[in-house]
Amino acid sequence: MSNNDNDGNKDDDVTRRDFIHVAGAGLGVIAVGSAVWPLVDQMNPSKDVLALSTTEVDLSQIEVGQSVTVVWRGKPVFIRRRTAQEIAEARSVPMDELPDPQTDEERVQKTEWLIMVGVCTHLGCVPLGLQGDFGGWFCPCHGSHYDTSGRIRKGPAPENLIVPEYAFVTDTKIIVG
Amino acid sequence: MAGSNYQPKSKLGQWIEYRLPIFSLIDGLFGSYPTPKNLNYWWSFGSLAGIALVVQIITGIVLAMHYTPDTSLAFASTEHIMRNVNYGWLMRYVHANGASMFFIIVYVHIFRGLYYGSYKSPREILWMLGVVILLLMMATAFMGYVLPWGQMSFWGATVITNLFGAVPVVGDSIVAWLWGGFSVDNATLHRFFSLHYLLPFVIVGVVIMHIWALHQHGSNNPLGIDVKGPQDTVPFTPYYTAKDLYGFAVFFLVFAYFVFYNPNFLGHPDNYIPANPLVTPAHIVPEWYYLPFYAILRAITFDIGIPGTDIVFITAKFAGVILMFASILILLVLPWLDTSKVRSAKFRPIYKQLYWLLVIDVFVLGYVGAKPPEGILPTVGLIATAYYFIHFLVIMPILGKKEKPLPLPESIANPVVKSAE
Amino acid sequence: MKKILLAVFASLMMVGAVSSVQAASDAEHPKDLSWGFEGFTGTYDRGALQRGFQIYKEVCSACHGVKYIAFRNLMEIGFSEEEAKAIAAEYIVAGDLDEYGDPTERAGKLFDYIPSPFPNDIAARAGNNGALPPDLSLMIKARPNGADYVYSLLTGYEDGHEVAAGMSYNSYFAGSEIAMGQPLFDDQVLYADGTEASLEQMSQDVVVFLAWAAEPTLEARHKAGFKVISFLLVLTILLYFSNKKVWAGIKAKKKED
Repeated sequence: MSNNDNDGNKDDDVTRRDFIHVAGAGLGVIAVGSAVWPLVDQMNPSKDVLALSTTEVDLSQIEVGQSVTVVWRGKPVFIRRRTAQEIAEARSVPMDELPDPQTDEERVQKTEWLIMVGVCTHLGCVPLGLQGDFGGWFCPCHGSHYDTSGRIRKGPAPENLIVPEYAFVTDTKIIVG
Repeated sequence: MAGSNYQPKSKLGQWIEYRLPIFSLIDGLFGSYPTPKNLNYWWSFGSLAGIALVVQIITGIVLAMHYTPDTSLAFASTEHIMRNVNYGWLMRYVHANGASMFFIIVYVHIFRGLYYGSYKSPREILWMLGVVILLLMMATAFMGYVLPWGQMSFWGATVITNLFGAVPVVGDSIVAWLWGGFSVDNATLHRFFSLHYLLPFVIVGVVIMHIWALHQHGSNNPLGIDVKGPQDTVPFTPYYTAKDLYGFAVFFLVFAYFVFYNPNFLGHPDNYIPANPLVTPAHIVPEWYYLPFYAILRAITFDIGIPGTDIVFITAKFAGVILMFASILILLVLPWLDTSKVRSAKFRPIYKQLYWLLVIDVFVLGYVGAKPPEGILPTVGLIATAYYFIHFLVIMPILGKKEKPLPLPESIANPVVKSAE
Repeated sequence: MKKILLAVFASLMMVGAVSSVQAASDAEHPKDLSWGFEGFTGTYDRGALQRGFQIYKEVCSACHGVKYIAFRNLMEIGFSEEEAKAIAAEYIVAGDLDEYGDPTERAGKLFDYIPSPFPNDIAARAGNNGALPPDLSLMIKARPNGADYVYSLLTGYEDGHEVAAGMSYNSYFAGSEIAMGQPLFDDQVLYADGTEASLEQMSQDVVVFLAWAAEPTLEARHKAGFKVISFLLVLTILLYFSNKKVWAGIKAKKKED
């Protein structure tokens, strides 16, 4: 029965039906996709979390050779007022000794102030200050050593400690984020 | 699922059976279900795993009635369960140690399958469903360990979620998506709680398919030969119900020892310190059941690229992540990697030795995973990792072809060697 | 048999690996003491608990809290209801808001938790040269071999080592430099029950108290465990013979063959 019906104008019918099927399936996919996206996106950082994305720090109390740790986006940020010796050490390292080459000048805005996220680039632990083989930081989790510019020197971490976006509002005040 | 021809005796039973054939289903699963008569106690670990899952679900539901998944209250609500809730300490210790028990059982169950070739045709899908259950268990246990919000909870979550940051290009977006923020925080804890509650029921679903697949061709057996007829089998009840019940009792004795007399032995003291995002514990160690995988994760300490150039195809970190997942996923294709026609290691003299070598290898990996990566250990870890993959990718395919198996017995009922062959 | 031996060997190796993780630290291994609350029938010595509470109250509580312990819990360690109420009343805690919505203070009651010495961690650091005296509620469970460790720490102070300003030398502490000065000395307190207050005695007593604070349900757990395991032993034996009996027919047949 149905075969006979189709036989009359077969080609024409098939293409039209194909189009309807393809269009229908296409719209269906779009519908399902649009419904799924909110379910996926709800897991991304929410608006209140995003709102807490800058931190202001007063530097006037920090002596030379001292470090403070402030919290920015739930992570520690190391602020270190480096000694002249530390700066000299950081600047004298040849680039080919660095797994992730970066000059000290690229990593600081003001020579004295080293500001970076205190999260090991290996698996996110917090490195300890003034430890390790290079006088900088040492991560106790898997043994990464960072130098006085926060650059990775030894161990499993792939990158230097990350320098966050920050700006000096005044000489003694910065905004991180 | 495989129902039997069972007919209830009572009128009411028949009335129900006619509308919902549940009695014949149960009979087919645990009643007259014909089971090889020569199963040893290693076969009890399958049903034991089922019991362990039930224990976890029941105690978990109870704990969720008292627990608060909020970073400011999670640790305190866990202590509230331990101190103030009636029998709360019992529920928590059963749940915490139950996770370890569940993994011991499942690991024994897996290694039993490896020894007796239970993954081979026609049980490939049965085996693969088992691997899926293992993956789901690992995810569930990981998220469960985060909930008490102690130091190990927090740092374990941080280290493991950071693994996804190793994925090229989209890694950071994936991690932020997993966290729901810029670090492991309230949003993370809350979603882990939600998923930790959900996944066990997904496991139940896969377990049902696992049992379904099992009943399609019946259990394998220590001889690894097919059942020839009714003389090779006994009905599951009473024979294996009696045997499994005895096994349950022994298991609960071991379980009870840990719960009542050494409840924190398998845990870590640092998890009784509330989570502190600014201080990392000296040694981050995962729970014991992840240790071999943790060793594989840390095995690669060098980037993989063209030697002598700066070209890197895969960073060390990403390579570790790939290997760790591969070490489990490789089990999915094991039925095709093993080319031997003989199932049971009893009749494979060389495989039998190499099987125990693999067991030792996994324990070595576990040991390396437990220790800080110092001295000779990273090298040991790398070698043990390499051997793990060599076992599955090289030894299994070649050995199956080269090895001369011992002559197989005639049947389960008549376990004498066929003299003709 | 070979298999079983191997399995036993393997599990021992695993246990070794797990326990060696917990021991890993650069500090000296704590002294190995035997405690009354260890073992299958372990209980807390009531006298030691009350003396330990006295040490906590008179010495430790200047800096450390036990925030998970309520005054009502003191009745579990042998204080009468009147005594517990009297102890509670010595403390001032935050009360309800008054009719103008302002905060009030009142004397502690049984259901209140023992107030911590500092309102928050920042205040605690500010009052202690930047070091944070941790809450002691869970200390015994939060350190490997917690009871031995705390006892060793309390009795392990040594003079004559070079340390940073404000620090003390204690080889049981990771790094050997600890911000807490030696807290206990001979005859520092006067025990109500006449026990001689030696450094060792006081340290032991306060450890027993802290062990209880960390795990107040230990005695109930040990008691319940005895019942559960005895019951399971009987059940296991019964099920063993039940299983034997069920299989007797099949095994006999096999032998005939």
